[in-house]
Amino acid sequence: MDNKAICYLCKGCDIGEALNFEGLTEAVNEAGISEVKEHAALCSPEGVAMIQADIDAGATHVLIGACSGRVKSKEFSFSGVVVERTPLREFAVWASDATYEGEEEEGVCRQELGEDYLRMGTAKLGKCSVPTPYKVEGDVYKTLMVVGGGPAGMSAAIEAAKAGSQVVLVEKEAQLGGFLAKMAKRGPETPPYTDLEDVGLDVMISAIEADASIKVFTGATVAKTAGMPGKFDVELSNGEKLQIGGIVQATGWIPYEKENLKDDLAVDLNGVISNVEMEEKAKSGGLGGLNGVAFIQCAGSRDQNHLPYCSAVCCLVSCKQAIMVKDANPEAAVYVIYKDIRTTGQSEEVYREAQRKGVIFIRRDETYPTISEEGGKLAITTKDVLLDDDVEIGELDLVVLATGMKTNNPKMVDSPLIPFDMPDEEGKRLTKEALAQNEQWSVLNLQYRQGPNLPTLKYAMPDSHFICFPYESRRTGVYPTGTVRKPMRLKQAMDDGVGAVLKAIQAIRAAEVGCAVHPRSGDESFPEFAMQRCTQCKRCTEECPFGAINEDEKANPLPNITRCRRCGTCMGACPERIISFKNYSVDMIGSMIKSLSVPEEDTERPRVVCLICENDALPALEMAARRGMKWNPYIRFIPVRCLGSVNLVWIADALSKGMDGVILFGCKRGDDYQCHFVRGSELANVRMSKISETLSRLALEPERVRVDEVAINELEKIPTFINEFMETIEEVGMNPFKGF
Amino acid sequence: MTDQDKKILVVGGGISGLTAALEAAEAGHEVVLVERNPYLGGRVAQLHQYFPKLCPPYCGLEINFRRIKANPRLEVLTMAEVEAIKGEPGNYTVTIKQRPRFVNEKCTACDKCADAVSTKIKNPFNYGLNEVKAAYLPHELCYPYRYVIDPCIVGEEDGKKAAEACPYDAVNLDDKESEITVEATAVIWAAGWQPYDPLKLETYNFDKSPDILSNVQFERLAAANGPTAGKVLKPSDGQPPKSVAFIQCAGSRDENHLPFCSTICCLASLKHSTYVREQYPDSEVTIYFIDIRAMARNEDFYTRVKADEGVKFVKSKIARIETEGGKLVLEGENTATGAKFKAEHDLVVLATGMQPSTAENKIPADIAYDAYGFPISTDGIIACGTVRSPMEVANSTQDATAAVLKAIQTSVRR
Repeated sequence: MDNKAICYLCKGCDIGEALNFEGLTEAVNEAGISEVKEHAALCSPEGVAMIQADIDAGATHVLIGACSGRVKSKEFSFSGVVVERTPLREFAVWASDATYEGEEEEGVCRQELGEDYLRMGTAKLGKCSVPTPYKVEGDVYKTLMVVGGGPAGMSAAIEAAKAGSQVVLVEKEAQLGGFLAKMAKRGPETPPYTDLEDVGLDVMISAIEADASIKVFTGATVAKTAGMPGKFDVELSNGEKLQIGGIVQATGWIPYEKENLKDDLAVDLNGVISNVEMEEKAKSGGLGGLNGVAFIQCAGSRDQNHLPYCSAVCCLVSCKQAIMVKDANPEAAVYVIYKDIRTTGQSEEVYREAQRKGVIFIRRDETYPTISEEGGKLAITTKDVLLDDDVEIGELDLVVLATGMKTNNPKMVDSPLIPFDMPDEEGKRLTKEALAQNEQWSVLNLQYRQGPNLPTLKYAMPDSHFICFPYESRRTGVYPTGTVRKPMRLKQAMDDGVGAVLKAIQAIRAAEVGCAVHPRSGDESFPEFAMQRCTQCKRCTEECPFGAINEDEKANPLPNITRCRRCGTCMGACPERIISFKNYSVDMIGSMIKSLSVPEEDTERPRVVCLICENDALPALEMAARRGMKWNPYIRFIPVRCLGSVNLVWIADALSKGMDGVILFGCKRGDDYQCHFVRGSELANVRMSKISETLSRLALEPERVRVDEVAINELEKIPTFINEFMETIEEVGMNPFKGF
Repeated sequence: MTDQDKKILVVGGGISGLTAALEAAEAGHEVVLVERNPYLGGRVAQLHQYFPKLCPPYCGLEINFRRIKANPRLEVLTMAEVEAIKGEPGNYTVTIKQRPRFVNEKCTACDKCADAVSTKIKNPFNYGLNEVKAAYLPHELCYPYRYVIDPCIVGEEDGKKAAEACPYDAVNLDDKESEITVEATAVIWAAGWQPYDPLKLETYNFDKSPDILSNVQFERLAAANGPTAGKVLKPSDGQPPKSVAFIQCAGSRDENHLPFCSTICCLASLKHSTYVREQYPDSEVTIYFIDIRAMARNEDFYTRVKADEGVKFVKSKIARIETEGGKLVLEGENTATGAKFKAEHDLVVLATGMQPSTAENKIPADIAYDAYGFPISTDGIIACGTVRSPMEVANSTQDATAAVLKAIQTSVRR
């Protein structure tokens, strides 16, 4: 079928009054689209019907010069054709004044904005084609693998089977149960939230055994996980080979060993035990015969020398265990020495219940209590901050240390992105330091070029956007859940397992349909590699934030599309420009830049291009424009999927075209990054530091390229940064390549 | 295996309901999302920043709205409430009432109706701290991106002006309340929370001084799209505060009010203290607390705030706030010694807690509640997020995702 492109221009929302449509039409015609139609309100049913009629009559490429692609998406979504939206309203009308001082002709700046954006839209449209969804070879595997047979994993398996999935449950111990198998009682979880509850492990195991959809492998670990979502080939330590669609990692937690606290507490004294040992004691022999027990909270947790975070469960556990002691012997003296009691939600009742049963709570400060032994009994001296005095507690049979939890997941940190101007030695040292932090063990043994483990944030927690999107690891189709994700109480871990299953089911479905998962859910485009031009530089395989690209023995990239999140970081990384999407490529953006009209030197003000992250900075820009903020009219915005997708050649394209500078707006980077693709903004920054070297060599000033962080609510930064940059460029002077 | 004709109904378009609806739709299910407000996002849309990252909630919302736009399986009904749920798991008939918006889908958000209207109403998005025109866009990033006409101008001159000003025939003053019936396999109830009414804390004299704010109101003061354009200012005189007090457990953990812990207020106040300290390095912040509850990695954030010498932590229970002579004097009691103290501040924030929305608006079905009004889920009516238990955003999104799997189970024939 022949391509037929039509441009539609909307006169609504003041666009008609603000811009000269003859000029716009001429610009579109010159850029290559001969047919241009106007409408008073293109998003009206009549406007939409007009476009649809043209599509029915054979139009294949539609350029809509109206409002932002973030609005009216339902009206302007047409299937089977390429649709490109040029936001005349936001970029050309709202963001500009009708006239500017020093304009050659009144209104020319605003008109140039409109024409330039349409030139760019036309340039991009011509290079786009409709994506065809990626299909994996052969059948998509649909079985879920749950790794870890503790409460979160068992709950995941049971609920997944109930939702119709086939499940493989892998547990390294000989029996299912995990920590649940060690527990005497569960804390109160149901109204009135005061009564201890049965562990219920047997119920869960029976449910698993009775369900033909769940296949259990105990005494087994995962030896190898190869492939990608919908197509994982897994090998267990027992030699079993499995075809798996999605993975839930519920490997739980590791108790923080009390021995670690030997410099702080007399852990070796007889009768000083951890809360885990206390639970085992309660389970095996009961807690009868105890007359004096003290619990020391935050034994290792909330301590910069041990676990700086809060282990989230220890207050509840100590309340429960204190109640168990009291239930066995109401006369027992029971103390809980704490920093803050953290029984959130309805669990405040268990704290109250312990108090009702006579448990005494003593608030300490940051210093650990002193434990001593006298005549076969233990004693504690502790600061009581409420009395502002030291108190002594004697006649104790047991001192229970409420030790915390570590996630049962190896720590895997990214090697740092080394800026170009950093000396080699320094770069090597930093990389070595970072890699030395990685732990040399694995749960899943992923056969991924970037390593066998889930990348982790601080404290080996394997999530990536833990507030908004808590299940997202950086390995698509692999969902950490329960206490391996972060410290959480039992009930929450079990619920968490249920959510992780849903995510895994989604990943399998996306593989079937051939679209992306979060955050570009439903995107059917995917990166294609023109391998004949690959130079095996490994940049794409190293920089992909999601480890989607493997390498063969010759260092050729082997993309695994269902692992890919479609951010385009590989495309930005590739010096040979061999990676493209059907609707997003180095050539497309390059052509947009080259389509801009750049007047001869000396007649004009400096002109710059802004490559702007479409996820956060772009909405900020559009909100700023709507609020009436204005900025220099000589800037042209080009939205990008992520700053990570920005290829250095675009900078070269812009400068050789005669643009005077390039500014990048992206998300916050660093530890509290806001980049939806985790490393995009950071990578862009490193790449730009490399280009300043190149610019210097070309006798161009490095100030011509700048990267800024703009969060979605930092609207006021947009005009500020633009105006600052424009001033810098004015100082630096016009691009000497202008007119070449 | 799943019954694709029937839908999953999600009630509540805040972060829990929004997440549930999207996760269900992205798992391939047909979803109807019902929201009472004219926009999605619920209370998180009104937050300036999330703890502990101090990042803007709009960032995650924008992605979620984009997910909605990309998903044909998700239908959104705003200004709508569930009237009745009949049936059993796998087979519910749900009746929904939708209030008139008086603005249809032709709206382009051009602002001409607002220009034409002079009537103003208290801005619900800013908890009434400022006013907005009676024809308005609920907030800058709202979804749907469409104006609302307040019923108070319908039938008035201003209503006519709005309709006449609209070039797109988008204002429909004849819009009526409508009833919609949805056949659903399961109902996810994610109707969220409401701030505990500070007027019930009588000794705190909330209504006696404009400089006593609830924590949700204070949040709006810091937001760039709030009533003060992001400047923390005393409502009484528009001046920067010099000494700000946060009273924790204002109603929570109190058997006369909310016996449970509202879970988020400690972190919220820690976050609020950063708003004050960042804007006014010379200011003083005092947090009056019982226990600081910063769970898991949130502890890092507490550690960070504690390191700021301008933030003082005082363990105590505040008994009264005196408002005589324009001054705010807190009368407190040292929890252990019983010693009384007084402290003067010029802005006081009550860290009021979260009550389940079901405390006032029950689920119209046969559902049990715990003693505080939190509903107990059944196989087909699944409560999630803050309506189920007080929880932070990170747990709400998790809980919502789990609720979806439970909902899917009702449509699986085994």
